[in-house]
Amino acid sequence: MARQGSRGGAESKKMSSELFTLTYGALVTQLCKDYENDEDVNKQLDKMGYNIGVRLIEDFLARSNVGRCHDFRETADVIAKVAFKMYLGITPSITNWSPAGDEFSLILENNPLVDFVELPDNHSSLIYSNLLCGVLRGALEMVQMAVDVKFVQDTLKGDGVTEIRMKFIRRIEDNLPAGEE
Amino acid sequence: MTVHSLYLFDRNGICLHYSEWNRKKQAGISKEEEFKLMYGMLFSIRSFVSKMSPLDMKEGFLSFQTSKYKLHYYETPTGLKVVMNTDLGVGNIRDVLHQIYSYIYVEYVVKNPLCNLNEPIQSELFRSKLDTFVRSLPFFSARAG
Repeated sequence: MARQGSRGGAESKKMSSELFTLTYGALVTQLCKDYENDEDVNKQLDKMGYNIGVRLIEDFLARSNVGRCHDFRETADVIAKVAFKMYLGITPSITNWSPAGDEFSLILENNPLVDFVELPDNHSSLIYSNLLCGVLRGALEMVQMAVDVKFVQDTLKGDGVTEIRMKFIRRIEDNLPAGEE
Repeated sequence: MTVHSLYLFDRNGICLHYSEWNRKKQAGISKEEEFKLMYGMLFSIRSFVSKMSPLDMKEGFLSFQTSKYKLHYYETPTGLKVVMNTDLGVGNIRDVLHQIYSYIYVEYVVKNPLCNLNEPIQSELFRSKLDTFVRSLPFFSARAG
C-alpha cells in the first residue's frame, strides 16, 4: 500500500500529445468565442497557465527530485532539459543570455501546442500558446523567483522559430507570518 | 520505535495538516498556538542553522533530538515543510518525508483541484492515505524496534 500512488506508472502513463494539443486548441477556440478581443484571450490563457504552474511545480519537484537552484543559469537548464522534456517531450535550446545573466531565451524548434494550427488573419495579436508563459511564471513564483515570461517569436506568425524570453526580476523573500514574534 | 506526530506547514507558516499517533503528553496550549510555536521555532532554526554554518550547505536543517524524541524536518523548494516526531531509535528518514510529499500531498492535495492550497487540508482521502502510509512504516509500531 505504502507506495501505491500513481507515481509507479508514471513512465507507462505517457500518452500521445495529440489529445493535449487538441484539447488546448478547443480551449483557445472557446476563449476566442467568449471574449471580444485577443488581448483578453491572451490574459485568460496566462492566468490559467499561472494556476496550472502553481500546482505543476509540486508535481515536478516530487517527480524529478531537483533541489533548489542557486542561479538563473541552473534554472534555465532545469526548465529546458528536465521540465519541458517531462511535460511536452521536447528540449528547447537556451540562447541569448543577457550580459548580466538575468535574461535568456528558450528556442522551440517545434511547439507541440500548435501542431494543427493556422492562425487566421483576424487574430494577429493572439498569442496562441500564451498558457506556457503563465505556467512558467506560476511555477517559478512558487520557488521564490519572480520572472517575466513572454513570446518574442512565434512560428505561427511567420517567424523561423518560437522564442520565449525569460527575465529574472527578483527573488521573493519568505517572511515570518504577520503577528508573530 | 514509534511515530508520535506529523505536521505539514506551507511556505506562509499555515499548518496544513496535523496528525498524531503515539503522543502521551500534550502541550497544554491550544492547537493553533502549538502550530504557531512550532513554526516559529522551525523558522528560527532554519535561519540559525544557515547563519552558523561554517560552510555553504545544501540541505540545511535536517533534524534535532532531545532525551526523549527526535524531530525530523524536510522542506521542498516550494517551501512545504514536513515535520515528523519519532522516538530516538529512528535514523535518517528523509526519503520517507519526501514520499509523504510526493505520494500523498502531491497526489491527493495538489492534484485535487477542489483542495485549495494554502489552507488546512479538508480532504478525507488525503487523511486516510496519510494515516495508512504512516502506519505501514517499519518504525511505526512501538514494539517493532
